[in-house]
Amino acid sequence: MSEQLDAALKAMPYTALLGMSGELAGDELITRMPFREDLVGNTWLPAIHGGAIGAFLELTALLSLRLRIEARRAPLTIGVTVEYLRPGRPKETFAQARFKRMGRTIANLHVEAWQDESRTPIALLQGRFLIGDTPD
Amino acid sequence: MTEPITLQWLSRGDFVSRTPHARLLGMEMVSFEANRGVIRLPWREDLEGDTDTRVLSGGAVTALLDHACGLAVTASMIKPSSCATLDLRIDYQRPAEPGKAVTAEAHCYRMTRQIAFVRASAWDESPDHPLATAQATFVLTALKVRDP
Repeated sequence: MSEQLDAALKAMPYTALLGMSGELAGDELITRMPFREDLVGNTWLPAIHGGAIGAFLELTALLSLRLRIEARRAPLTIGVTVEYLRPGRPKETFAQARFKRMGRTIANLHVEAWQDESRTPIALLQGRFLIGDTPD
Repeated sequence: MTEPITLQWLSRGDFVSRTPHARLLGMEMVSFEANRGVIRLPWREDLEGDTDTRVLSGGAVTALLDHACGLAVTASMIKPSSCATLDLRIDYQRPAEPGKAVTAEAHCYRMTRQIAFVRASAWDESPDHPLATAQATFVLTALKVRDP
């Protein structure tokens, strides 16, 4: 499973740009994004850019999907809805995806990102992904 | 209608080049006017979402649309404030063409004292053929002025 994770991370160059990595606990994936100055969107607070947090959440969903549907083609994002609950402080951010439905064509995932405590998430993502071909 | 004072403020400090994350991705300011903003993201290999298909990562499109929305909100402010994304919905109509720059245009169509409502779209070749559309709301907060 950890070789699959390494391969999936390598196949997604944007994860490296954000400095993302993943840790497996059995088949559960927790991703992490250590703080870096170039993730900042608001230099006054400072706070991590909403786009960096949104991307981190979406990539967590895509990574989780790739681990689950290894044999099939890479999942495609149809749409995401991101809700920002708290500013992303200049510290490490974690995320975990929950599979809400895995159909033949569509997968629905919810992803939460947190910093200090998983009980107080900083952002939530609801994502819709294309995971298989529509029958002809 | 009162001309947003932040238009002058935006022309002094570049909304893109002074934001670390926008600089990391290589975003370029195209234009802004009252209630609107346009930002361009040139193609770069490390922005790819998938080494097989070589399409631009959805993450890069998300960051570009979010920043363009922030620009449109800032270009609507009567007085300089700070804005934070409250929610952002993105629909991906199609993948971006590998190798091509992506442009995002955002329109802040309604602004209350505390909340701004924004629509945006992103395209590579033509604005008539978007690759993604977005809908977002932002919350405005008073700006703590720092010495220059």
